[in-house]
Amino acid sequence: MVDISKSFQGVKANTDINLSIREGEILGLLGENGAGKTTLMNILYGLYQPDSGHIRINGKNIALNSPVDSRQHGIGMVHQHFMLVQNHSVAENIALGYERAAMIFPQRKIKETILNFSRQFNLEIDPDKEVWQLSAGEQQRVEIIKALMNGADLLILDEPTSVLTSQETRDLFLNLKEMKNQGHLIILISHKLEEILEICDRVTVLQKGKIVGEAPTKAVDKKDLARMMIGRDVIFRIEKEPMESSEKVISVDNIVVKGDKELEVVTGVSFDIYRNEIFGIAGVSGNGQREMVEAITGLRRVESGRIMLGGTDITNESARYIYNSGVAHVPEERIKFGIAPGLFLYDNAILKQHHRQKFSNKFFLAYRKIKQHTQNLLSDFNVLAPSINVQTKNLSGGNIQKLILGREISESPSLLVASHPTYGLDVGATEYLRKQLLRRRKEGGAVLLVSEDLEEIFELCDRIAVMFQGEFMGVLGADDPRLKDIGLMMAGSLRLQG
Amino acid sequence: MKIKVTDRIDILPRHSLLSLVFSLAAGLLTISFIFMVFGVNPFYALAKIFSGSFGSLYGIKETITKAIPLILVGSGLALAFRAKFWNIGAESQLLMGAIFGTWVGLNWGPHLPPAIIVPLMFLAGFIGGALWGLIPAILKIKFSINEVISTLMLNYICNHFMTLLIVGPWRGKTKHGFPYTDDLPASAALSLIPGSRIHYATLLIAIATVIVLGIVIYKTRFGYEVRVIGENPEAAKYSGIDFFKTTLIVMAISGGAAGLAGVGEAAGIHHYLSYPESISSGYGFTAIIVAWLAKLNPLYVILSALFFAGILVGGDAIQISLGLPAATVQIFNGTLLVFLIMGDFFLKNRVTLRWRSQRN
Repeated sequence: MVDISKSFQGVKANTDINLSIREGEILGLLGENGAGKTTLMNILYGLYQPDSGHIRINGKNIALNSPVDSRQHGIGMVHQHFMLVQNHSVAENIALGYERAAMIFPQRKIKETILNFSRQFNLEIDPDKEVWQLSAGEQQRVEIIKALMNGADLLILDEPTSVLTSQETRDLFLNLKEMKNQGHLIILISHKLEEILEICDRVTVLQKGKIVGEAPTKAVDKKDLARMMIGRDVIFRIEKEPMESSEKVISVDNIVVKGDKELEVVTGVSFDIYRNEIFGIAGVSGNGQREMVEAITGLRRVESGRIMLGGTDITNESARYIYNSGVAHVPEERIKFGIAPGLFLYDNAILKQHHRQKFSNKFFLAYRKIKQHTQNLLSDFNVLAPSINVQTKNLSGGNIQKLILGREISESPSLLVASHPTYGLDVGATEYLRKQLLRRRKEGGAVLLVSEDLEEIFELCDRIAVMFQGEFMGVLGADDPRLKDIGLMMAGSLRLQG
Repeated sequence: MKIKVTDRIDILPRHSLLSLVFSLAAGLLTISFIFMVFGVNPFYALAKIFSGSFGSLYGIKETITKAIPLILVGSGLALAFRAKFWNIGAESQLLMGAIFGTWVGLNWGPHLPPAIIVPLMFLAGFIGGALWGLIPAILKIKFSINEVISTLMLNYICNHFMTLLIVGPWRGKTKHGFPYTDDLPASAALSLIPGSRIHYATLLIAIATVIVLGIVIYKTRFGYEVRVIGENPEAAKYSGIDFFKTTLIVMAISGGAAGLAGVGEAAGIHHYLSYPESISSGYGFTAIIVAWLAKLNPLYVILSALFFAGILVGGDAIQISLGLPAATVQIFNGTLLVFLIMGDFFLKNRVTLRWRSQRN
């Protein structure tokens, strides 16, 4: 891949990327979430077209306008989220994308071929089973066989181990080595350092859409990779005033929370946050942060453990009760959760407060007060909007986020929970929002900040917890020298005692 | 060639109006072709429809009569559709209202004066429609059963239940074996504006319903919660709105409003129960289009209800004068709905055609 660039609505996802893969090797593609790994691979698989640059195979330029083209050139991809029809059998799913499939009853004739491939690569699979009966590991094998049967010489695996158990991961790696021995090329996208070191021959590190490092895996260790991935040795840029931390605001005691698939994704997390403090949760997303936040804000059941706010137990109370008790929440995916996009600005400005006495009596909303309040919110929090009578979806992401933050802060909550508050925002809005969080801290509030952006975490937080697979790998003060190992902790390979 | 659909973000009121005008025009144009298939001059037919409904005193009176149930059902549906609860079962909620109201009228009517029995009948009708509307709401919230299917299926159940009543236990002794209930006692029959079939009690209730629902949707806490749920259920959950309670109330009101219309039809027009299709000529379905044309604003429902009532009356007129089949009116309504929904799509999305760019 030569000089590949791609941007989405002005945000550069890939900038001038040059990537090559040689025969008989496994290449690791390492980077934090949002570093542009998946975008780059989707370009190689033909799902996206690059804005500039081109792709060469064996020295020849090729055009990849769709996955059909890339399949013809021997490129196959296994996505992080499987693309299988749940109610169909394995054979039917494979027949669906198979070019040499028979016109009628394709699934019958294909069984033989599937079993051949499965023997050749030790990929055990039963073609008659329906996909919903399969474990994640088995479904992944179906995807791999599907790609191989379509003639893939180059196989792209996007975060393949994120859905697997450790035994399944070991099996997968054996399969991959077998494929490599038989001459296939493999690109493995991951943010887990150990995996890359274990299975890859070479590693390329992406950061903010650019390649920041390349190395044979024999020549590097975990610390090197962590540094390359995060882009620096840990830098402190403390602009915040020192604060005496005082009263305890919230105390979370050993909570266990289940995820959407009924698995425990938060397994016994405890922490306290004090007034005048920002407590940060670092970690790659998908390690239980979202579920933990939802449990604290009353959107998800706590299976066991206790959450105390001041002196009251708020475990498993309703979202409205918890909000009224003083826990405000800036949700992740601001448009999906934080606003009703089709309603006006002034409707959204009171989303969680419309039942408060200052905006309504028992039945009616006091629109005059609400509009006045919205005007104040817009000017206090620098929200740029043509007027308060526009649909909220017409605002830019940064302005929507300022509106949400303003709404949540304006009631001076004792605890503000902010999930990825600056994700996807431009520099100006990011800076503004961070300052607001610091202001909240100064005014005596407690802030729980969940972020993947380490710069943000370092800049704002007084204490930092690193979360990995539903647990804290350690809690560090902002000046703790061990912060330089935060990359290892995020990847789950270092746990601090106590 | 590639078709690209993107959100249109700058929708102004005049765009809404334009889309409405274009949709109606395109709908009428398409209907004109259908008239031509029958060998009828479309201009003549359309003129006939509108002169039949709005061109004479008789026509206007009939149009208002038919607009009464459409206003009631349509404004209730506007509320349900605001919450994105796709209630396709207003037809049977209306019939349940008629059944409950008629039972009260038949059994208590002979002993009570009109000032007491009439409100009681409307109350019973509201309860009947509301209960029937609550069933799909509970099914949806507790068991995630799609409300389109359940409301639609409940229509059939109610239809046959009503038929069972009139051929079985409720068949009237005075009806010589015909499958009708006995006539409602005089005290339970709604009085009419002289020289017309306009049962004004129901008309007043309909207008009151429109005003109340208009205030509820735009001015109250409850209406605010309904709009948030309809716009973004995730945000509603996040902001602590009680989804269960709100949906139940929405469907109780939506079904109840249809039930009121049922009482009006039974006690104002027919004075007894007979087959479901003669009690309601598809008002529950036509009202879906009424609510949609009104952009789910109860106040506009009055206008769109009059418009579709006019088409129903005018349709009857052209059936007789031009010899067109009875289904013409339904085709007319269906075509308009299709074009209204298409117009809405083009209003909310910007569609561009692009020839595939040649690379390399």
